[in-house]
Amino acid sequence: MDSKLKETLLNPIFKGNPITVLVLGICSSLAVTVTLKGALVMALSVIVVTGLSSLVLSLLRNSIPSRVRIIVQLVVVSMMVILVDQVLKSFEATYAIDKQLSVYIGLIITNCIVMGRIEAFALGNKPFPSLLDGLANGAGYGLILIIVAFFRELLGSGTLFGIDILNRFGYVTNNLVILPPFALILLGCIIWIQRSIQKDLQEK
Amino acid sequence: MDYLSLFVKSIFVDNMIFAYFLGMCSFLAVSKNVKTASGLGVAVICVLLVTLPINYLLNRYVLQPGALSWLGESFADVDLSFLSFIIFIAVIAAIVQIVEMVVEKFAPSLYSSLGIFLPLIAVNCAILGGSLFMQQRDFANLGESAVYALGSGLGWFLAIVSLAAIREKMSYSNVPAAMKGLGITFITVGLMGMAFMMFMGISL
Repeated sequence: MDSKLKETLLNPIFKGNPITVLVLGICSSLAVTVTLKGALVMALSVIVVTGLSSLVLSLLRNSIPSRVRIIVQLVVVSMMVILVDQVLKSFEATYAIDKQLSVYIGLIITNCIVMGRIEAFALGNKPFPSLLDGLANGAGYGLILIIVAFFRELLGSGTLFGIDILNRFGYVTNNLVILPPFALILLGCIIWIQRSIQKDLQEK
Repeated sequence: MDYLSLFVKSIFVDNMIFAYFLGMCSFLAVSKNVKTASGLGVAVICVLLVTLPINYLLNRYVLQPGALSWLGESFADVDLSFLSFIIFIAVIAAIVQIVEMVVEKFAPSLYSSLGIFLPLIAVNCAILGGSLFMQQRDFANLGESAVYALGSGLGWFLAIVSLAAIREKMSYSNVPAAMKGLGITFITVGLMGMAFMMFMGISL
């Protein structure tokens, strides 16, 4: 793999992370970080949607008139989201995926990461790099989601993936961690740590 | 549920930002000063107020399982709910386009101050989220969905204006370098969310 593709693949995961650096796609999804399982399902769905819609729109890029491109993008993205939603629905009973998740899966359509990467990358690049870019941005996003969910489930319910970790040592669960504001504070701390390591990201 | 309690509940208890993280991207990007923040807030209220009742009618008479029964007996068991994402987003994109044209024609100064943010409302999660929550909560009539739209729009407006006011003051304070900008904003939103948690105890 040549170095440019590798850069496309690795950059979004840490250095140019869509959430902590580009501030895209915070919407909709922090609400699914109460449990690790919800976050994992959400992360996988976003990876699939960003990857596939970047690929499709990159294939179509020369035949879309730029005036109507937003509508075309929305249609392609919502098709991908409908596919993901239908797949999840068929597994809902088997793996007991939370029904609440369905609203947030629908909200992937308006997730800024998907549109942002299509606008910034897929419309100006060949299909294969666009696919990689989409997948990598989805992964960078999923990584943050999983980190947040790890702490929220561990400290909030004392479990991981529903398996008891802390409760057997007499841990008293912290209800604050389950409540929405804590996700934001946790995200603030992740940004703090990342920017302390990478000084060039700091704002003046 | 009567209108007043639904209204109060959708502003404070089910606040779009603090309880569901919807519309975070523009919430963080446009909250640097109070004037543009309130402009965007008003635009969000208007778009929500128009799109939600329309989507309610579509959901009630086209999309729900059995919704097409007004066409005749043979349509009674048609379920088009899998199409709801694509229909909702198409309605939202079209309404935003119309609102944009109306504002450009009748209020050019507001149009130029809103700039790029007006078309971006189409991909604001709060708008699509409103429609999806409306579908999930199964409101009894058109009035309830309109009240819900007004309430959640006002809640969003309240949140973005108060964050903008805090950020204006915060520019004078001495924040650790790595926390500047995004990091401290997240923590602030988290603390504001905690203050809003107090409304959860109100029984309506």
